[in-house]
Amino acid sequence: MSRLNTSSEVAAGTSRSADGRQVLSGSRRPRVHAEGERPSVRARLLGWIFMIAVALYFLAPVYWLIVASTKSTGDLFSTPGFWFADFNLWQNLVDLTQRDNGIFWRWMLNSLIYSGLGSALMTFISVISGYALAMYRFRGRGVVLAAVIGSMLVPQTVLAQPTYTLLVNIGLNNTMLGVLLPSLVYPFGVMLGFIYAQTSVPPELLEAARMDGASEWRAFFSIALKLLSPGSVTILLFAFIGSWNNFMLPLLVLSDQRLQPVTVGLSGWSQAAITVPGLQTLVIIGALVSIIPIIVVFVSLQRYWRSGLAAGGLKV
Amino acid sequence: MSIGTFAGPVRSHRRALHSGGVRWAPYVFLAPFVVLFLVFLVAPIVTALYTSLFSVERSGLGFGNANESVFVGFDNYVRAFSDSGFISSFGRVLLFGIVQVPVMLTLAIVLALLFDSATVRWKRFFQLSVFIPYAVPAVVATLLWGFLYQPRVSPIVELLQTLGVQADFLAPGTVLWAIANVSIWSVTGVNMIIIFAALQTVPRDVYEAARIDGAGEFRMALRIKLPMVLPAVFLTTLFSIIGTLQLFNEPMTLRSITSNVTGDFTPNMAVFSATTLGGDINLGSAMAIMLGLVTFALSIVVSVASNRRKGGSR
Repeated sequence: MSRLNTSSEVAAGTSRSADGRQVLSGSRRPRVHAEGERPSVRARLLGWIFMIAVALYFLAPVYWLIVASTKSTGDLFSTPGFWFADFNLWQNLVDLTQRDNGIFWRWMLNSLIYSGLGSALMTFISVISGYALAMYRFRGRGVVLAAVIGSMLVPQTVLAQPTYTLLVNIGLNNTMLGVLLPSLVYPFGVMLGFIYAQTSVPPELLEAARMDGASEWRAFFSIALKLLSPGSVTILLFAFIGSWNNFMLPLLVLSDQRLQPVTVGLSGWSQAAITVPGLQTLVIIGALVSIIPIIVVFVSLQRYWRSGLAAGGLKV
Repeated sequence: MSIGTFAGPVRSHRRALHSGGVRWAPYVFLAPFVVLFLVFLVAPIVTALYTSLFSVERSGLGFGNANESVFVGFDNYVRAFSDSGFISSFGRVLLFGIVQVPVMLTLAIVLALLFDSATVRWKRFFQLSVFIPYAVPAVVATLLWGFLYQPRVSPIVELLQTLGVQADFLAPGTVLWAIANVSIWSVTGVNMIIIFAALQTVPRDVYEAARIDGAGEFRMALRIKLPMVLPAVFLTTLFSIIGTLQLFNEPMTLRSITSNVTGDFTPNMAVFSATTLGGDINLGSAMAIMLGLVTFALSIVVSVASNRRKGGSR
């Protein structure tokens, strides 16, 4: 992909110089050619204006959040929203940490367990299942594949209430396991694991490993898993986002504040902020702190979601 | 592979040694998924189906065992059907989807096409800025936009006021579109990436041929690139429609700052409030199953339409 990009940029470069020559000589000769490879000045200008407007739309709320996080409650309401006032960030962080004996950090830890541990386990289960479906022919394979494809159309939120009903019946209501375990079922991840295994693990390699005396277990762990790692990172990334976003199930299941993930905790604060002054500032700083880990992960794993592997984003 | 030829003589021996492993391995590998699938996907659906056919009768001043589950057949479904709030919530998300999905997908397609053309510079920066909101959880995105909607805090409302516009983003008539805006902000990026990834797989010589024929960037985007990524567009449409029907996080969170979002604003919120505030898990289950069926039916319709379209164009 990157190679294609470079070549198209090189092409753009050459045509730009063609453009320049065109202006100097006043000749219309390269026009058709240039138009194909490099858009006209007007098109480029419109493109710039459009892209700047788009970037403003998508980034302004995040910028506002950063600015607002540095303000005291008084300044939040009395100073211009898009510009800094007295720098109160550290005090806000201290307030955030001290509120209710540091419940916020407990929520962050919970989110990390639900999303970090949950998506890591889920990715492993998806990859090993997809691998089994792709590499072996066995009785029941068709049934499992059909179940995976069929259940991809059952969205997680529609399952939240039924899952809650089940958890009440089996006594897992208001427990961490009650949120963690259901999030491990992700048919779309299995499907992706299946596709990745088909395209990136050559069966001959497995056959060779077997002849060398490797067990099936070892063949998976020391050969296939390495080949599947780029695909796994993509599944992991989207699984992590998905479960960090999970809201309805924990809201139904977790009545104990100390077990809640940060999304549920913050929305609870937001609700209470109507009557509790000063809580709004904590909602803002809490929101900022809660998205920093995901944004860091996102920016550092850019090459995975940017590449064609982005098919993993199909879970919406 | 060369190992295979070297290991030729021992091959049959080794194979025999491991054939047991080969036979059992897929079952062992699949076991965790199958167990979890049965317990947390099949069992909840069965439980909800079962629960939806019962009703809890509260007898007298009952404490403890006085509450009794009674089989009521399809009563809960009839009740859900005659609940005007629940039914109109479907109309609301439908209206939401009719506006939000086309706007969001058009924006995603235009951006993907621009990123694939030579029109835009600084592609990495712009792509990242469009994609970053996807990393912000819907709840936090709504809290964030919620502040930008509130007159007392919002610099946007303030700006509009100095221009002489009295904006109320949270009024009964506009709050649905305030939610649509949050959701467009959140999911445009990921849809753009999916369509962009599909564009990247189109062989470049197709474009070369079009260029030689004298096609401009704009015509190429419309006539060549767009038809080639139609499958990806249909897929994103399908998932967007499913997402629309499931709408929950954004309106639920917005309830903390406005009373114009009712408890049964969307089907999923109706399910939620029947189950929690209403304390009627049976009715909630019936509603959840109805929502699941509608979602499933709509997904099938879109898939069939997409397959027919694909078949037609080839």
